[in-house]
Amino acid sequence: MLDSVEVTSRVGEILNDHKGMEGSLLPILHAIQAEFGYVPQAALPIIAQDLNLSKAEVHGVMSFYHDFRENPAGQHVLKLCRAEACKSMGADRVADHAQRALGIEWHETTKDGKVTLEPIFCLGLCACAPAAMVDGKIIGRVDEAKLDSIIGGLK
Amino acid sequence: MKIYLPLDSAAVALGADEIAGAIRAQRPDVTIIRNGSRGMVWLEPLVEVETPAGRMAFGPMTLEDVPALFGDLAQHPKYLGLTEELPWMKAQTRLTFARVGVIDPLSLASYRAHGGLSGLERALGMSQPDMVAEVTNSGLRGRGGAGFPTGIKWKTVSETKADRKYIVCNADEGDSATFADRMLMEGDPFTLIEGMVIAGLACGATKGFVYIRSEYPIAIEVMQKAVIIARAEGILGASVLGRGPAFDMEIRVGAGAYVCGEETSLLNSLEGKRGIVRAKPPLPALQGFMGRPTVVNNVISLASVPVIFEKGADHYKNFGLGRSRGTIPLQIAGNVKYGGLYEIAFGLTLGEIVDKIGGGTASGRPVKAVQVGGPLGAYFPRSLFDTPFGYEEFAGKDGLIGHAGLTIFDDTADMLDMARFAMEFCAIESCGKCTPCRIGAVRGVETIDRIKRGDAAAMPILTDLCNTMKSGSLCALGGFTPYPVMSAVTHFPDDFQTQKEAAE
Repeated sequence: MLDSVEVTSRVGEILNDHKGMEGSLLPILHAIQAEFGYVPQAALPIIAQDLNLSKAEVHGVMSFYHDFRENPAGQHVLKLCRAEACKSMGADRVADHAQRALGIEWHETTKDGKVTLEPIFCLGLCACAPAAMVDGKIIGRVDEAKLDSIIGGLK
Repeated sequence: MKIYLPLDSAAVALGADEIAGAIRAQRPDVTIIRNGSRGMVWLEPLVEVETPAGRMAFGPMTLEDVPALFGDLAQHPKYLGLTEELPWMKAQTRLTFARVGVIDPLSLASYRAHGGLSGLERALGMSQPDMVAEVTNSGLRGRGGAGFPTGIKWKTVSETKADRKYIVCNADEGDSATFADRMLMEGDPFTLIEGMVIAGLACGATKGFVYIRSEYPIAIEVMQKAVIIARAEGILGASVLGRGPAFDMEIRVGAGAYVCGEETSLLNSLEGKRGIVRAKPPLPALQGFMGRPTVVNNVISLASVPVIFEKGADHYKNFGLGRSRGTIPLQIAGNVKYGGLYEIAFGLTLGEIVDKIGGGTASGRPVKAVQVGGPLGAYFPRSLFDTPFGYEEFAGKDGLIGHAGLTIFDDTADMLDMARFAMEFCAIESCGKCTPCRIGAVRGVETIDRIKRGDAAAMPILTDLCNTMKSGSLCALGGFTPYPVMSAVTHFPDDFQTQKEAAE
């Protein structure tokens, strides 16, 4: 975990970068997550103070959106699409395979902290399904063999 | 030597970046233009080589196919011939997507050379009521799914007095089987910018936002770069093209909430709030972003505006059938042999789209069902394949065309499972504001599980629950989830009786 002095100073800089922006809370939360890999609890009162909101309101916004993390993810994040087009091409089978291979369920991280597995609903790769996203890199036509090589490649 | 290789997400997901790397490694002198996708996803990564005869297509490319690009092209194992002559390309009517896959997405010179900005040039010489009338006369309806006449929305905002007005582009394309918005933004971002500028001129708005979902990193990057270029070239800024009023825009990124594709929840999200649906009235056209009059239009609606101004409302209106005017970018997806984007006038039958254009399933098995219009759209069986593709035509069959995405399923699909998934998805993504959606979706999953266990008494409960959700929900998430559920029940009754029969 990060020390609060570091969080305070960096969050302050991010808030400054967003001064005067209309509806700036989502861009601020995105910037904080890009910086720390998650949104540290210590950041919430600082944001609230700056935007003249209550801490509960900031927490409410942060927790509404699937993207924002309260805790750091594993070293790698593997997202598998669960939506209809991917299901029509065997996404459920691929997801089961991933859960078995990693020994974890959705939203969990492997014990060694290496891989976090998350569902995602549509990457817009519906004509080359099933789709996956590994640390931001998109991959199409993911079958069991391709998934094994993806997982094998995560160091 | 000049090579075109898409930067489109689908091409990249199938290895386009690796192909680009291999080409550069073998022939550093070759110019590689990263364009949008032509829409033939089964051929991605599709490489095009510029020749005196035209652009020659090769695909789907693998790393092993790269060296042969530098030999006799006609002998290349992935040789397809001239791109423009491929049957899939030739049969389309590309109005909105005319430049996608053709030009360098971030070259304004290339954009202008292919007719870009001529719509805006014409709009600059028109009065606001004339601009609104042009859109109304084109017959353009909201391509995001609701099908509301775009001109009427613009008229309301245009005639409402306020200190500030906004143009918001809904690029939160979360429906499975839809990727037209993504392809347009990645392949021809200036078209969307031009459409938004024209909307701003017509409505007296000076600020625009594009709300793009975070699942589209490449579209976000291309759009951000395009806005910077457009600003530097004077398309955006204090005076549009040095002659018009001010208009500027920002790219905003969503955060993984499906419901933010609903316009009022999108506006809340844009304001930095939870993406909770707002009750209507007031309409966003009167009180939208920050309580000001706001046009909220889908990417494809706004991106169709430049061609309407360039070629005239009549030209656009002459395509289509009934009250569905113009063209529609079909997105053919799922278990399909030839999947991708196909822009054509409204009016083809569902069967023609699935069997002829899509070529049936990828698995080679019979087509069982087609979900039209994303996760909130109905499942159509083969017996309804004669339905013509149009707003009213699909509504008449208890379905919707939505954003024109089609997911094809083969005969291994379990429709009870798909109905359950529709309820589960609604439960996960519900914003929580209204009870029929928040509670109904959870009860829906439980009720379908009872049916699966063979409890026949659960079926009338499911029907009743769907009626409640349909008429009692605030927005389309809870209101339309009954479409996939009840269409599965109605058209595929066998899938809902398996356990009971086994027990008997």
